[in-house]
Amino acid sequence: MIMLAYLTSPKFLRSALPGASFAFLLLAIFYVQPNAMSYFGLNMMLQYSVPIALATIAQMFILTVNDLDLSIGAFVGLTASIGATLLADTPLLGVLALAGAVAGYALLGALIHWRNLPSIVVTLGMSFVWLGIAVLILPTPGGTAPGWVKSIMALQLPFVPFPIVAALVIGIVVHLFLMTSSFGVVLRGAGGNARAVGRAGWSLLRIKVLMYAAAGLFGVLSGLSLIGLTSAADAHIADRYTLYAIAGVILGGGEFVGGRVSPIGAVIGALTLTLTGSFLIFLKISPDWQIGAQGAVLIIVLALRALIKRREA
Amino acid sequence: MTPSTRKIVTFEKVAKHFGAVKALNGVDLHVDRGECLGLVGHNGAGKSTLMHVLAGTLSPSFGTIAVYGEDITSSYDVGVANANGIRCVFQELSLCPNLTVAENTRIFHPSLKGWGWKRRASALIRTKLDEIFPDHGILPDDIVGDLSIGKRQMIEIARAFTVTEAPLNLVILDEPTSSLDAVTSAQLLDYVRRVGGEDQSCILISHMLGEVLEYTDRIAVMKDGAVVANRSTKDFDRDSLVKAMGNVVEMAEIQKHEACERVRGETPLVLEAATDGADSVAFRAHKGEIIGLAGLAGHGQTALLLKIYDAATKRRPDLRIDGPLALVAGDRQTDGIFHLWSIAQNIGVRSLPRMVKRGLIDPLAETALGEEWKDRIKIKAPDMNDNILSLSGGNQQKALFARALASDASITLMDDPMRGVDVGTKLEVYDLIRAEAEKGRTFLWYTTETDELKNCDHTYVFREGVIVADIARVDLSEEIILQSSFKEHA
Repeated sequence: MIMLAYLTSPKFLRSALPGASFAFLLLAIFYVQPNAMSYFGLNMMLQYSVPIALATIAQMFILTVNDLDLSIGAFVGLTASIGATLLADTPLLGVLALAGAVAGYALLGALIHWRNLPSIVVTLGMSFVWLGIAVLILPTPGGTAPGWVKSIMALQLPFVPFPIVAALVIGIVVHLFLMTSSFGVVLRGAGGNARAVGRAGWSLLRIKVLMYAAAGLFGVLSGLSLIGLTSAADAHIADRYTLYAIAGVILGGGEFVGGRVSPIGAVIGALTLTLTGSFLIFLKISPDWQIGAQGAVLIIVLALRALIKRREA
Repeated sequence: MTPSTRKIVTFEKVAKHFGAVKALNGVDLHVDRGECLGLVGHNGAGKSTLMHVLAGTLSPSFGTIAVYGEDITSSYDVGVANANGIRCVFQELSLCPNLTVAENTRIFHPSLKGWGWKRRASALIRTKLDEIFPDHGILPDDIVGDLSIGKRQMIEIARAFTVTEAPLNLVILDEPTSSLDAVTSAQLLDYVRRVGGEDQSCILISHMLGEVLEYTDRIAVMKDGAVVANRSTKDFDRDSLVKAMGNVVEMAEIQKHEACERVRGETPLVLEAATDGADSVAFRAHKGEIIGLAGLAGHGQTALLLKIYDAATKRRPDLRIDGPLALVAGDRQTDGIFHLWSIAQNIGVRSLPRMVKRGLIDPLAETALGEEWKDRIKIKAPDMNDNILSLSGGNQQKALFARALASDASITLMDDPMRGVDVGTKLEVYDLIRAEAEKGRTFLWYTTETDELKNCDHTYVFREGVIVADIARVDLSEEIILQSSFKEHA
């Protein structure tokens, strides 16, 4: 009886919603296409979830401190372009370029905090800067991904497909850092009540720089994992990732303000978005509908969440 | 211990100015070890500013702060305050709602880190909660945002008393019982008294005079940014405390206006409103009256004005209004002015239907209205087509008055409109309001300044959303307003 009350409590429903929507979509796919229920089926459906999950985590770091990053897609495109050119040809220069990109993100965080600028405007502007640099580095689609990146992404694990393991690892590592470490608490606190955190003696500038740097780092990882799958790059390869990343965080139970985020939820959100695309293919619907379908999933999940919230009130 | 080191903190001639506003105007105050100091005074007397200075979140404009007799004014900030064991429970809560109780404790204590920090933080806050508020019913894993405001305040208070590495010498409690019920309030005050005996000091800021008189050793009374009385609690009683807080300056105006005081009820009733609560006095306004809304800030005055304003467009059963309304906002930057518009446009916006010609606003009529009111209300502007932000704060407020008075409204609601307005402007506007009232307009005037109430024919005093007193102008005094503003029992 108590168990049942717990299972129907808004608090539980809320935290179970991301997982439940993912499971629901997966079951629907298995129903339509029973062949997908295999190692290779899952591998194929979910392989692009790794870069999307990494970009989603990057966005989540920014959302944690009540900002929004509209440049993450362009940034992933830039790091993919660097990865497929500089990193493959002159590894040292490539590593330096990627480190510089992360430093650029950190500086952006400092600027936004220092001048109290709206992050949406700054990152929207920066998205064109990232894209411009990417086009300069890689004017036409091409390049080659470094071999080691490709071999990591082509890893064949026993029993469980690599994308699922990778997503789990990403989710758990970030969860340990942000949700359970004593420093992660301070970072999330800055999203909940920045003034209180400042009054307790923490540097809000440092927090913001750190969060933006973390977002930059995960943007780099996202770009590299993406070219590991595609072998080649294009400056526009990840333009859609900006919206995927926001949608992933929100699908995973995160909020736009207030420092309420969930790394594991965000990863599940990214997986759900990836699955939506595959689902359409199995239904033999044109991929043109993909973004619409993803929007529909987002609206349905958010509507459910609003219903749960209403019960809470 | 030498006498000088018994003083944990000493303030000498501390002043804090925000532009022209002197929030603190030379405060001398000290706190002894193990002492509980009560700090009372009106809204805007400077108590909260003083506490922010003490907590290190505001730095003083002048004066010296000494901790244990050592002058550390120049380096004083939040970190120094913490290192010296000075903690503050602010009026606005400083918990992170997205974190758990234990996590909020961690934010407060840099030393709670590494393996097992969560266990240690949980134990720390649980022990302190148990100690201060037995049967609190709060779990360390509860998310703060899910808890009631009372419980949040309990956590905030308990957290201020937790000790890890830094010592704890002085806790400042700013209105700590405002969200607590009687039982938990008593638990807290008993605890404060207990730790006072153990060499910890405490500053208690409260509007509940009963608890200040009962639980403190010494009381400092603040008025207009200065400490005006500072004596042992034994030397005060309720009446003398209220008297010390009050403003006994009589305005010559009163006598002048008593002459023209009307007998109530001679003119027709234009507004009638009921407030919640069984023993509440009904709110009535007659034509041509100036009605004051008094009491401590945030006790339902603005809410009533907004309810009345709302009723102008939506029929409400508990309100009867006769005549069009206009509202003069108090927070002019957010609720009052249109930042991108000219002065004339800002004045004319309430009277647009009158200025329409062939479906469009007639610019000539708008300018004419602006010019008319520029003269009548003496707005100091070279050109009424200049942007409203080119005016000083007081003149912006005049433009907002002009907006209401230029309109067809027979009832004007004023939500503490004189905030941050200089004396000269105030006196001009007072005259204008009285002149308009003579002509039959009705004014509802919420103000936090008792002196302004002397312009009102009747004053309703609010306490916790309920009208507790109806005072005619002849009976009006600061004392009577304070007496009815405060609860009889804490």
